[in-house]
Amino acid sequence: MVRVALPYHLRNLARVGNEVEVEVNGPVTQRSVLGALEARYPMLCGTIRDHVTQKRRPFLRFFACEQDLSHDSPDAPLPEAVAKGAEPYLVVGAIAGG
Amino acid sequence: MKIRVLVGTRKGAFVLTSDGKREQWDVSGPHFAGWEIYHVKGSPVDPNRLYASQTSGWFGQIMQRSDDGGKTWHQPGTPPGEPMKTPEGMPKGESNKFVYDTSEAGKPLTTHLWYDGTQHPWEFKRVWHIEPSLTDPETVYAGVEDAALFRSKDGGKTWHELSGLRGHGTGPKWQPGAGGMGVHTILLDPKNPGRIYVAISAAGVFRSDDDGKTWRPANRGLRSEFMPDPTAEVGHCVHRIAFHPSRPNVVFMQKHWDIMRSDDAGDSWREVSGNLPTDFGFPIDVHAHEPETIYVVPIKNDSEHFPPDGKLRVYRSRTGGNEWEALGKGLPQKDCYVNVLRDAMSVDSLEPCGVYFGTTGGQVYCSANGGDSWNAIVRDLPAVLSVEVQTLK
Repeated sequence: MVRVALPYHLRNLARVGNEVEVEVNGPVTQRSVLGALEARYPMLCGTIRDHVTQKRRPFLRFFACEQDLSHDSPDAPLPEAVAKGAEPYLVVGAIAGG
Repeated sequence: MKIRVLVGTRKGAFVLTSDGKREQWDVSGPHFAGWEIYHVKGSPVDPNRLYASQTSGWFGQIMQRSDDGGKTWHQPGTPPGEPMKTPEGMPKGESNKFVYDTSEAGKPLTTHLWYDGTQHPWEFKRVWHIEPSLTDPETVYAGVEDAALFRSKDGGKTWHELSGLRGHGTGPKWQPGAGGMGVHTILLDPKNPGRIYVAISAAGVFRSDDDGKTWRPANRGLRSEFMPDPTAEVGHCVHRIAFHPSRPNVVFMQKHWDIMRSDDAGDSWREVSGNLPTDFGFPIDVHAHEPETIYVVPIKNDSEHFPPDGKLRVYRSRTGGNEWEALGKGLPQKDCYVNVLRDAMSVDSLEPCGVYFGTTGGQVYCSANGGDSWNAIVRDLPAVLSVEVQTLK
């Protein structure tokens, strides 16, 4: 299981706690993790990635293992610690506003 | 009788309820705390069916629906934590999906006029206005930014663009105003089934007579000095339009500047600003029982979006325009520098008619006597984006 940490508003939208676990079939990549997340929590469709282009929404970032993965290929393998559930995959909202 | 006021704000939605006296109010909310709620509106067929536009610069557009008058909410077709398919096979997660598609209109429309005069790609940003059908609680229209009209026939689960609006030919001349380029007003004609008006900043008014399939501009008589051709067919910054349901051929308009009136369903317009202290403003609405009684909230000018002289005053015309009276009893008459946005005024249908509006300072005011005097229902909400009123039996 892959652990995914969501920002406050998306946790409320999906009615979940700080972290969720999703089962990923095949290679663990950003695309497969987000796909599994949206399949499990369809109300999140469009809130992290654009519905059509599947691109990251501009004010969100993706972190894991103290690395910024936001600009990595969505099909690149995620760190082994994420794939094994030792470390979470972090969806982070940009700090702004009030 | 009961009154329910649906308030959208910068930081959530609020539901205000009262009995027919409209003196004591219960306040529930914030619903969707921390999110911008551009609009909340109920179905005239099933008043407990509410639709809300929840939006965020971070997370995009969410559509919400309540089937119990605002007590509980859900995204249409997307109950939390269930598999991807509903029993009837409806794909979930589709209710937030607004995909531009002008293929039905014959040719793809990909760009509109940008601030610098160049063409710019159409990009979906948010739903500004929701208009439930007059006859079917499952059918609802959504006016969006960048300007387009969508319709759902399944209670908000899926949305389909009515592409004739963007595709009729003038789209490349539409331009955003300072607040963006959105379809902010949708009027469904109760006497002429299939007739729909929309208003767009800054494009103007458009009318369909065939249930949204084909559209044409309806801006003859408008004059906008900020345009190279002040009387051009499109490009006008119409702020809001309104009609009385018993007489939908008579349409009133608050334009960027000018109060306008059409007596022929938008085919032509004439100015009725009359003796207003300023004819700049955003909302305009019509009395529930007097089709010639209309309300506006004059704002100093297009660079200073607050009331003249720091005095918050609604202006009422009982003559369908031209002759206006100031209504300030109960409203702050000094040091008031709030604005009232285009969708933040509404009326109930009690006798006497109640008039309501919300401000960017977070106040929601109610007049239970057609505007003669006002009381604040609440004073300290986040900035109010929209106000809708339901009169319930």
